[in-house]
Amino acid sequence: MAERAGRLPVKKTYKLYIGGAFPRSESGRTYEAEGQNVARASRKDVRDAVRAARAAQPKWAGMTAYNRGQVLYRVAEMLEARTGEFAELIGDEAEVHAAVDRFVWYAGWADKLAQVLGSANPVAGPYFNFTVPEPTGVVGVLVPEEPPLLGLVSRLAPVLVGGNGAVVVASESRPLAAIELAEVLATSDVPGGIANLLTGFRSELAPVLAAHMDVNALDVTGADGDVPELERLAADNVKRIVRGSADAQSPWEIAGFLELKTVWHPMGV
Amino acid sequence: MAQAPALPTGFELPLEPRLPRIGSVDQVAVEARATDLSRRSIKREAKLFALDLAVRMMDLTTLEGADTPGKVAALASKAVRPDPSDASVPSVAAVCVYPNLVQTARERVAGSGVKVASVATAFPSGQSPIDLKVAEARRVVELGADEVDMVIDRGAFLAGRYAKVYDEIVQVKEAVAETHLKVILEVGELGTYDNVRRASLLAIAAGADFIKTSTGKLSSSATLPVTLVMLEAIRDVFEETGRRVGMKPAGGIRNAKQAVQTLVLVHETLGLDWLTPDLFRFGASSLLNDVLMQIRKEKTGRYQSPEYFTID
Repeated sequence: MAERAGRLPVKKTYKLYIGGAFPRSESGRTYEAEGQNVARASRKDVRDAVRAARAAQPKWAGMTAYNRGQVLYRVAEMLEARTGEFAELIGDEAEVHAAVDRFVWYAGWADKLAQVLGSANPVAGPYFNFTVPEPTGVVGVLVPEEPPLLGLVSRLAPVLVGGNGAVVVASESRPLAAIELAEVLATSDVPGGIANLLTGFRSELAPVLAAHMDVNALDVTGADGDVPELERLAADNVKRIVRGSADAQSPWEIAGFLELKTVWHPMGV
Repeated sequence: MAQAPALPTGFELPLEPRLPRIGSVDQVAVEARATDLSRRSIKREAKLFALDLAVRMMDLTTLEGADTPGKVAALASKAVRPDPSDASVPSVAAVCVYPNLVQTARERVAGSGVKVASVATAFPSGQSPIDLKVAEARRVVELGADEVDMVIDRGAFLAGRYAKVYDEIVQVKEAVAETHLKVILEVGELGTYDNVRRASLLAIAAGADFIKTSTGKLSSSATLPVTLVMLEAIRDVFEETGRRVGMKPAGGIRNAKQAVQTLVLVHETLGLDWLTPDLFRFGASSLLNDVLMQIRKEKTGRYQSPEYFTID
């Protein structure tokens, strides 16, 4: 179709993704990255994101594992449909394909976790003894700088598949893929608040997440600088600290965000 | 928004012909002013001051059919030491319970300075014969309540039988004598700001020490505009007669931010004199935990989780 003469293009404002909505930073700040003005989240945005994740997480964890897997597969579908946009944005179509495949791979794990990571334990007594994995709760994720899309997906998908809520601090230098992915998540039946994406300065946001008493685990894969300091801040409520890799694909990546709970049940009643 | 004069002719009876002539409330202006004042930015030292004050002004309440002596005992302990890990957090003003639990509450708060308030007069509906209401009010005082929260008969009020409502408050006030009397208007059932203002003035004229918004049993309760209408009634009475009547918003105030906004409203309408537990209370159950979380957040700089505060 011919471009209409004199038409003004509608440009996108790059915003945050909190509780299923796309707000600007409450601080009103932005910073420049990849040639765009991107929202620069503040500590209060972190607070709002954690609140949204906490509110949404029980329902997400309560869905059947099969259903959670379907929703993650839906994310892969939506991402696949926008391959062109993402390829243009990050300049690497192979990375987009890898990201789609990663979502599919983790989606398949949703209803297999309990069998592989859980166990029926032999005990000396008339009891069944089971160990079952449960989600840790709200997880803060510091995404690695590179690769911009695959790094994000590799860290986010294992958190979500286990039934956790996530508060993600996107790549600081290459945040656009994260904002695009938020649009994918928003159209994929992922309940609002389960995945929250913040763009901004990691040095500003990471300590707030690490110190937040309502965050249960922190993925420091993308942390630069003082990881021991983050661990110290995270110690007050005994957060799980997870160090992964930017391009990992393993059920052990999921296990890092699960709690193993053991139940005893009397036999013969 | 002062309506002059607040009361058409002086401040005495008969009310029936006078109440309908009380100037009406400007709904749009009241709501706009309440919204404006709620946008004040209260930070750091001012915020800590407001939060500390909110704790000292709190009537920690449990009014459930399922209340047990155990639950009231736990509530009373929390009232005395709201945050066991921080001794600088003050006790609340009072615990508010049903009559049957007054004695339990009294034993638990003895010597702490925390008062015991009890609801009476066929709470929450108020739809009982007056002799029963008076007897109930008298009895809760005998049981040891320091404060009595009575409800007005909204059915009578809405039917225009103002004198009945007035007489009942007068009789209950006589029955409780020196005991602090808070009169619950249940604004959610009054329908209009005009009725809220009328009921406020009626309750004050009948001898209420405090006027209180709601029972907490309705979804619509202590909103900021309703609170403002009642505060302005108190201010108008003060300006006309010099009498200081207290205010207690109750129901629907669940977080610290709402509490601070309400305190801004009080300060702007009535001034510093009313920023004391003697003249202002919050009726709430879940508010306290949020205020405690905010206090700890201000002191430690880190956001808090309800996981680390007591369940109530």
